[in-house]
Amino acid sequence: MSPILIMIAKRLALGVLTLFIVSMLIFGATELLPGDFAEEFLGQSATPETVAAIRRQLGLDLPMHIRYGEWLGVLPGWTSVNAEGVVTGRCLGAGMTAAEAPTHCGILQGEFGDSLSNRRPVADLLGTRLGNTLFLALYAAAIAVPLSLMLGILAALFRNSVFDRVVNASALTSISFPEFFVAYILIFWLAGMGGAFPSMATIRPTTDFVDKLYMTFLPALTLTLVVTAHMMRMTRAAIINLLASPYIEMARLKGMSPMRVILRHALPNALAPIINVIALNLAYLITGVVVVEVVFVYPGLGQLMVDSVAARDMPVVQAVALIFAAAYVLLNLTADVLATLSNPRLVKRR
Amino acid sequence: MTVTESEKPVLLTMKGLRIEGRADDSWTGIVNGIDLELRKGEVLGLIGESGAGKSTVGLAAMGFTRDGCRIAGGEIRFDGIDLTAASEATKRHLRGARIAYVAQSAAASFNPAHKLIDQYCEAPVQHGMMGRAEAQADAVDLYRRMQLPDPDSIGFRYPHEVSGGQLQRAMTAMAMSCRPDLIIFDEPTTALDVTTQIEVLAAIRKIVEEFDTAAIYITHDLAVVAQMADRIKVLLKGDEVEEANTRTMLAAPKEDYTRSLWAVRSYARAEQPPVAGDAVPVVSVQNVTAGYGTLNVLENVGFDIHARRTVAVVGESGSGKSTAARVITGLLPPHQGRILFEGEVLPPDYRRRSRDQLRQAQMIYQMADTALNPKLRIREVIGRPAQMYLGLRGKRLEDRIRELLSLIELEPDDYIDRLPSELSGGQKQRIGIARALAAEPRFIICDEVTSALDQLVAEGILKLLDKLQSEFDLAYMFITHDLATVKAIADEVVVMKEGHVIEQGPKAAVFAPPHDPYTELLLSSVPEMDPDWLTDLLQARGEV
Amino acid sequence: MGVLTTIFWFLVAIAGCLAAGWLFRTGAIAITPAGVKRELRTAPLTASFGMLMILLYILVAIFAPLIAPFPERAVVGTEYMPWNSVHLLGTDNLGRDMLSRLIFGARNTVGIAFATTLLAFLIGSVFGMLAATVGGWLDQGLSRLVDVLMAIPALIFALLLLTIFGTSILTLILVIAVIDSTRVYRLARSVALNIVVMDYIEAAKLRGEGLWRLITREILPNALAPLVAEFGLRFCFVFLAISALSFLGLGLQPPLADWGSMVKENATLISFGDITPLLPAGAIALLTVSVNFVVDWQLHRASGLKE
Repeated sequence: MSPILIMIAKRLALGVLTLFIVSMLIFGATELLPGDFAEEFLGQSATPETVAAIRRQLGLDLPMHIRYGEWLGVLPGWTSVNAEGVVTGRCLGAGMTAAEAPTHCGILQGEFGDSLSNRRPVADLLGTRLGNTLFLALYAAAIAVPLSLMLGILAALFRNSVFDRVVNASALTSISFPEFFVAYILIFWLAGMGGAFPSMATIRPTTDFVDKLYMTFLPALTLTLVVTAHMMRMTRAAIINLLASPYIEMARLKGMSPMRVILRHALPNALAPIINVIALNLAYLITGVVVVEVVFVYPGLGQLMVDSVAARDMPVVQAVALIFAAAYVLLNLTADVLATLSNPRLVKRR
Repeated sequence: MTVTESEKPVLLTMKGLRIEGRADDSWTGIVNGIDLELRKGEVLGLIGESGAGKSTVGLAAMGFTRDGCRIAGGEIRFDGIDLTAASEATKRHLRGARIAYVAQSAAASFNPAHKLIDQYCEAPVQHGMMGRAEAQADAVDLYRRMQLPDPDSIGFRYPHEVSGGQLQRAMTAMAMSCRPDLIIFDEPTTALDVTTQIEVLAAIRKIVEEFDTAAIYITHDLAVVAQMADRIKVLLKGDEVEEANTRTMLAAPKEDYTRSLWAVRSYARAEQPPVAGDAVPVVSVQNVTAGYGTLNVLENVGFDIHARRTVAVVGESGSGKSTAARVITGLLPPHQGRILFEGEVLPPDYRRRSRDQLRQAQMIYQMADTALNPKLRIREVIGRPAQMYLGLRGKRLEDRIRELLSLIELEPDDYIDRLPSELSGGQKQRIGIARALAAEPRFIICDEVTSALDQLVAEGILKLLDKLQSEFDLAYMFITHDLATVKAIADEVVVMKEGHVIEQGPKAAVFAPPHDPYTELLLSSVPEMDPDWLTDLLQARGEV
Repeated sequence: MGVLTTIFWFLVAIAGCLAAGWLFRTGAIAITPAGVKRELRTAPLTASFGMLMILLYILVAIFAPLIAPFPERAVVGTEYMPWNSVHLLGTDNLGRDMLSRLIFGARNTVGIAFATTLLAFLIGSVFGMLAATVGGWLDQGLSRLVDVLMAIPALIFALLLLTIFGTSILTLILVIAVIDSTRVYRLARSVALNIVVMDYIEAAKLRGEGLWRLITREILPNALAPLVAEFGLRFCFVFLAISALSFLGLGLQPPLADWGSMVKENATLISFGDITPLLPAGAIALLTVSVNFVVDWQLHRASGLKE
């Protein structure tokens, strides 16, 4: 096997391992919650016997690693029969007979349990919201990535010019602004006082694509402003970093034009850091939407997470955190692999 | 050099060229009024120590100044075009096409992201002189003329897949791609081993002659420039010292400075009496095999170092000479073998050695810049070992620091409170020596201590080390790749190649025939001041 | 207000800021000792303005009780009073004086962010340097742990932990500090790794120096410059993160005056065209911009890039 494949395989394995540990952390978090679920569930009628019975009935008496296995979906869910002969089980949904129930029902099967606040399966809550969040993130990325690459390259090309200084100072300013500040300024100017855009992005599954683009324009613009600044600065820095290298001087001494020096000689070598920054910002787009979603009342995962944290609805928080972490790990993994592929020194070893 | 050459048309002239560099807020002179004339097909050697401004002059011949530098005055005229006044576009059309550049480090100057041949074709294609296919065929032809192995396919490799000497030849080929009138060679062989240097020098000379290209050859090495140049110009701190025909310059330099440069090579320390047969060596390296992981860098290496003796361990890069030092100091415990200090076995790992064992063996590093903590004052750099090992405090410590500074010939009042950044390269190296001495050791490892220094400064360091050796009965292990240094300071020589000791013994014995073939190759590859040396050598080796 | 007038006033504001920066720099150069003078001369106007602002914030935070016209938590008027001569910036959703709360906010929000950053730095840089110096299993263990912690997005991780531990000021500080210390660890480790390979460190090891002296005398002084610049950046991140959490209602809790929660509490006014709720957000933005300008100048100097 070529070294590059081995390297990619290693990265993949590492990514899976990381996700595994992250899932353990997130599962372990519930265990740290103060108070015992069985006691809370029973309230006034809690006696040591009833608590023990409930714990046995809900599978809470099992050791932690078993429950983790069930939660993950690698171990079969527990079932138990109480004194009256009623069968309960982890995978036994309402109106299901024991025979119909699947043996495994964990995250790997797409089962995140039920929300504590409204008793609905978490998976149902996530469905459309995940799509909405991804839509918003992609929308912003589609504008931000090309824009920031272009601005970064131009700023590097015209470094120390007025253009560079203005772009740089604005980028620095926009990085420094809290997202809600950017969001409210945009609302103030573009939505309030007869502005052209809606200040609330309350889209529904039935909203058609063009309307969606229109309604989510302000949140997308907010996100774009925030990440463009960062990506542009890093692109510029990555290129300028290389301009002191001997091979750049060589290219200039070969009579190449400034544009060609940047595009053909600096950029290919700056790809690895630039790819990393893009990945980091895309990951940020998916996770950093929380605040923006709240400001614009956008029905995405971030909103759900904030509401659930406030309500201490652990299964939902776990599920959303896991999805965000998975997206994050996946993007970083992709960036790693792409950055490796962009470097001939790693692809073709002597 | 014949009479007809002086009648060839003038290609490049510089008149009163002044170049300034920005330091903090003010401009200081780097080149202070240089005149230069170069005719077609002529090779001019520019020689000087670091800071002489020779690279700056070389780049100025292309109308180019590095960032933070500017042309402050004077005139540069290339084939009738005034480069100081020419537009960027005009200069771009000249660069690469009519004036080309060969940089010191080919490994750093080739773009790591592109194949060699793509970089070769870039200039001719972009300057509109050839089509891509034509340029590619031309590249293969030039690679062949530069005697690169496998010329048909070597261009399709990336820079990191090609060795240093080959890269340097590929870079010369690239400079030739547009058949320029002038090539600037900026120390093209400085980073190479001596045996590789020969091949590159031969290739460069051949191709410059074949295409009758004019060249400016920049170097600090007199012997090298003697082989390459028709005329030599000596620079010192941005000023011209003198200029003459190569043979005249070598035979009868006019200026004192030039003569002092010539004289450095003649330094040699006094012959030492042979070591008594029953003397216990200070350090004895016995059957050491060591390396990183499963890869052995040293195989069954052994040698002894006696008091008041200097053992030079000489070899090219990758020979394992620095690894030997790491084994002795305990940084790299060997797989096999042992290190004896005055007859006692030393623990292989430095962390297991006693404070006294650590004190007895000190080290001086190649790069004085990285060997001194930039944030500590000289007082602490030198004082710390004395305080730690010898328990000196207060007044006694202060006195000892001053005494050490006097020993290394630096005025104590002036230097004791300086930071390393306030010292020159040679002074830093002296502080490194003082730090080693402060421990009052029996044995010092000198790892390429002079190779980063200019020749005159290096000579001063060697003399100082010699003086200190006899004063304190020190044993030296001197690691170097430079045979001139070996000849100057060694009592005994250990020749290493690829982790093995090829030959060892007293200097006179190793340097006198009959040689081991590798020693022979090494010795014969060291350039000599004779302008015919390279020609003669190539003839002798049957390569012409 | 037409677009042109807006742009005009915007440009005037920027010019005013730069002028203030210039005045500050000129004044500072006049009164500081020679070493600082030379430093200051290299400061661009943006950085000068930044330094002036940071100084102002510090002064406001220290002297908050003296400057503020009303107490932090007292209800002194009706809800949402417009700007008037008594309440210069009006009152908030409970009828508390906006200006006073803004001034006290400097103390609470900035103070807590500063303490958190300090803690994050203490944890991160100690472990980072230790890992780089000792190497081996300690480095491996710590680095893998940090890798995993960093695989969870910071804000999400913070939310998760706050769900578990609740939202008191102490847990907020601890949670953010621990999460942020992973980033500091990475930087401290990589900076220290570059120093550890230097010959003077090898010399110190061979001399038999102990770990403590190795880190404090040989490594730390050389790692200080990048760490200080990073401190500024991390402060901005922490400050923004705490503000975001407060804005979400999960950070600093009422009745403490805090800029993030002040925006949230009064956000409804924005849709009525009142910019008052934007003021605390602006206060956050102004401080982070200022710190970033100063850090940018320092990083530019440290990189030594002459261009």
